[in-house]
Amino acid sequence: MANMNMVQALNSAMDIMLERDPRVVVLGEDVGYFGGVFRCTDGLQRKYGEQRVLDTPIAEGGIVAAAIGMGVNGLKPVAEIQFADYIYPAFDQIVSELARLRYRTAGEFSAPVTIRTPCGGGIRGGQTHSQSPEGVFTHVCGIRVVMPSNPYDAKGLLISSIEDEDPVVFFEPKRLYNGPFDGDPHKPAVPWSTHPRGAVPEGYYKVSLSKAEVVRPGKDVTILAYGTMVHVAEAAIRLAQVDAEIIDVRALAPLDTDTLCTSVCKTGRCVVVHEATRYSGFGAELAATVQEECFWHLEAPIVRVTGWDTPYPHAFEWEYFPGPARIAAALTRVMEDK
Amino acid sequence: MAQRSRLHVPRPPARPGEKPDFSYVNLTPAGAVGRPDAKAPVRDLENLGREMVRVLDDDGRAVGPWNPHLEGEELQVALRHMLLTRLFDDRMQRMQRQGRISFYMKSTGEEAVSVAQGMALQPGDMLFPSYRNQGLFIVRGLSLVELMCQCLSNTRDMCRGRQMPIMYHWGAGNIFSISGNLATQFPQAVGWAMAAAIKGEDRIAAAWIGEGASAEADFHHGMTFAAVYQAPVILNIVNNQWAISTFQGFAGGERRTFAQYGPGYDIPGIRVDGNDFLAVYGVTRWAAERARQSGGPTLIEHVTYRAGAHSTSDDPSRYRPKEEGAAWPLGDPIARLKKHLIGLGEWSEERHAALEKQLEAHVLACWKEAASFGTLTEGPTLDPATMFDDVFHEMPPNLVRQREELKRLAAAQPPKGSGEEKSLEARSGAVAKEG
Repeated sequence: MANMNMVQALNSAMDIMLERDPRVVVLGEDVGYFGGVFRCTDGLQRKYGEQRVLDTPIAEGGIVAAAIGMGVNGLKPVAEIQFADYIYPAFDQIVSELARLRYRTAGEFSAPVTIRTPCGGGIRGGQTHSQSPEGVFTHVCGIRVVMPSNPYDAKGLLISSIEDEDPVVFFEPKRLYNGPFDGDPHKPAVPWSTHPRGAVPEGYYKVSLSKAEVVRPGKDVTILAYGTMVHVAEAAIRLAQVDAEIIDVRALAPLDTDTLCTSVCKTGRCVVVHEATRYSGFGAELAATVQEECFWHLEAPIVRVTGWDTPYPHAFEWEYFPGPARIAAALTRVMEDK
Repeated sequence: MAQRSRLHVPRPPARPGEKPDFSYVNLTPAGAVGRPDAKAPVRDLENLGREMVRVLDDDGRAVGPWNPHLEGEELQVALRHMLLTRLFDDRMQRMQRQGRISFYMKSTGEEAVSVAQGMALQPGDMLFPSYRNQGLFIVRGLSLVELMCQCLSNTRDMCRGRQMPIMYHWGAGNIFSISGNLATQFPQAVGWAMAAAIKGEDRIAAAWIGEGASAEADFHHGMTFAAVYQAPVILNIVNNQWAISTFQGFAGGERRTFAQYGPGYDIPGIRVDGNDFLAVYGVTRWAAERARQSGGPTLIEHVTYRAGAHSTSDDPSRYRPKEEGAAWPLGDPIARLKKHLIGLGEWSEERHAALEKQLEAHVLACWKEAASFGTLTEGPTLDPATMFDDVFHEMPPNLVRQREELKRLAAAQPPKGSGEEKSLEARSGAVAKEG
């Protein structure tokens, strides 16, 4: 066991996979010599050489397309898109090509590509360095969509993603890279070494790509969250003083409906939280699923707490961010419904 | 006088009712372009993008340094592949007109590109075709029955009913899946070639797009990555003059050739007579030799003419003169190779007629066999529940549930034509509510 922040945990996952499997290659903008703008690939090119850890031109569509071609030719590419906000030039290659290659060839061709990309706000990134576009990708059939909330999961989920036969879009909440951020930007930063999930095995292990996790058991209400919002939800519980059960959804697609619905059927109340915008967001899928599966157990309407339906505004980051106070208000509201 | 800008909107030389005019197609006499060393630096190759590599002259003789000097027997095989491609296309077009398949795209007039390149490359080389490269599958030996079954979406369809006609693939034959989204395969082929180089293999990749699709970002991604990593790949632009109704000027071909994109990326660009089997073969051999010697990528522009419609959904008489095909200065690829072979004493009109008859019979026999596995209008049909397979390597729970729901709905349906279909609408509505 070692104390790792999320950057180190992700680095360790790639290090282990590059070591274990000669088919694994890492590619992306600045990932090679420099080690990535967030340092996630630091030292990997020195260790594995520039044929396996490749700097690329600034062309996200080209990065994903090249990764697809490499995957078809027997490699297991791990592509980094420097910010999730930059992923859109690669959208056609992900949606029309990567996600459907196995399907359209009835299993004859496939490309086991993992796309890592930092998402989320809270770093003064404005509208082009803060987005959470997971809902855009959960709507696409044929790709897995994953978002870890801590270093232990980040490493285990990334190893599982690289080994998986299917393509994975792996969102990394960048506000969590260095510590478990609870939504209050005015408090001093807390390092991962203070958090149980900052303890990470140094060797190989996997975390399932098809399981959500109950991170805090409770009886009053279920909070469905993922990424940064798992920690913000914990702060909100303290504010609202309710005994909430927090589920870290973790694997957004395919979704572990059973874990989610077992909890909601038990508590009878549900608050869905994400940082992304609300309208047609992934929270709508969660709410609809809960409604279909748990309707007769519900004591109150399901409530969503999300980013507002605006672009991420640079100067009003914390008014935009669905922080502990907003989540606490939602918890109080669902508890009032009798 | 006030200065102001003016938008230039390209216009083709002739629209319906006007006289065809191909004076914009710059021709170089056969045999006139030199063949440089395959490892020559790009700066010494820039003329290859402006001129036109040609081997067959107007009299059907093979002249000049790009002549690959193939044996008569090999040329007969080439002629057979091209003719088979054309007859296959003709049959499938007719079947679409009869409503037996939903859609088709012919490669008529462009057969030399796929057949010559397919023959010039090694069987282990990976091909990333566009939708007008059916000749590649024929050269590599995939049965027409397989191609037809795909177009029929029948019980033997390689795509299991998931793709429109002509979106073939052939893993065992090293031919990648055709995408309906244009140019996506270009940078993918480069990635495949990068992997071959990372693994230290001597296999190379080749990709094809039309001149219209060269306007897509994916074309430029492919060129950039190929140049940066010196990937062992042959990148082909098939300039057949028309992208549905827009002529090649709308893709940027008005004042420079498509091959001239190459040197800007430090990639050799070669403009070749795409209707000249020998020239296409010779140029492809040169590019393959360069790629296999770590010389990196080559861009080839094949100057050809789309003799047919874009697809069975298209009517070219609405946007180009009917007489245009006859006025095309580079003739027909099959007629030109045939003339060459006859000139060599390796072929005759009689043998050609006999071959044509034999291949027509073969195509018909293949069609009958393919149709026995089902057509759009007649069974047998695939089990619709297979639509849930292959979305993921292992079926996730939501798809298992949806498949079960579909099966329940299907079980509630009477067999087709049993006369109970009307009353069933109400019943399946009830099932949906329960589900």
